[in-house]
Amino acid sequence: MWKWLHPYAKAETTYKLCYRLLPYFSWLAVITLVSGSIWGLFYAPSDYQQGDSFRIIYFHVPTAIWSMGAYTSMAICGLIGIVWQIRNAELAVYAIAPVGAAFTFLALISGAIWGKPMWGAWWVWDARLTSELILLFLYLGVIALYNSFEDKRTAARASSILAIVGVINVPIIHYSVEWWNTLHQGASITKFDKPSISPDMLWPLLLNISGFLFVLAALVCLRLANQILINDARRPWVKAMVSEKTNKAEQSKNRATLADKE
Amino acid sequence: MHFNTISEALAMGGYGPYVWSTVWIVIAVLLFLIIHSMTAKKRTLTMLRLEQERADKIALAKKSNDDYQSKPNHN
Repeated sequence: MWKWLHPYAKAETTYKLCYRLLPYFSWLAVITLVSGSIWGLFYAPSDYQQGDSFRIIYFHVPTAIWSMGAYTSMAICGLIGIVWQIRNAELAVYAIAPVGAAFTFLALISGAIWGKPMWGAWWVWDARLTSELILLFLYLGVIALYNSFEDKRTAARASSILAIVGVINVPIIHYSVEWWNTLHQGASITKFDKPSISPDMLWPLLLNISGFLFVLAALVCLRLANQILINDARRPWVKAMVSEKTNKAEQSKNRATLADKE
Repeated sequence: MHFNTISEALAMGGYGPYVWSTVWIVIAVLLFLIIHSMTAKKRTLTMLRLEQERADKIALAKKSNDDYQSKPNHN
């Protein structure tokens, strides 16, 4: 059943897959993000309570959702790396972490900018905001831990364990608005009954949510391919790429010296 | 279109600075991430090329030293 998956344990196959998927993710990201943002910023009706300040939702909610989504997928990759010793999964942990950290940062910043006019404060130490801040620290911890080991196998194992342990924070973030009293508003889309948001506002939001997912996917493809390249530096296929680059550099150098002589 | 004029859209009902600063920060962070990720391959290949050149130089120096040592007459 899982046999189709086996070739992707080979680094070169995954490397090629990354670059094959990259254009699709990139174009989907451009199309959905541009249309979703323009629709949300200029065409969606304003909120009856929050006026036009609610338009920050089109950047706050997608980055917040995928900051948690990226963390969960990073933890799953860490688990796969530890349990089945698959090197590509370990590399994916380090490929996802910086993108997830950037999304978490954006969710926190856009939340603060939204909080100032609506709550009267940039920041409050309530459960939702604090747990999201801890998520940022977990991401930074994973990155720092990976960089602090010379041996990258040990580094990957240590940061994978941190990623797996930290995943407990994700449900805490999600349910924090129900478990504790908070200024943060509750869920509008992920409720079991009908979403409590007008379709005119919901459609651009869904576009941007999918748009940020495609951005995440495209960036992870690029970064995973790069990690595979570093990891396989001593393998023939990477050496061939490097020597090709060397030849090109020499050719251009020769051409430059010829031009100088002339 | 929800707004009648461009200046109305820029004002965002008085919340303009908040909404537009969010937009610009999102664009700036995403652009930085995209550029950093797109140049990663080039940086890696350059690093590996420099490593390779260094290894070649060391091997060459070692070889010429060995050749020198193996010659019978030198004082």
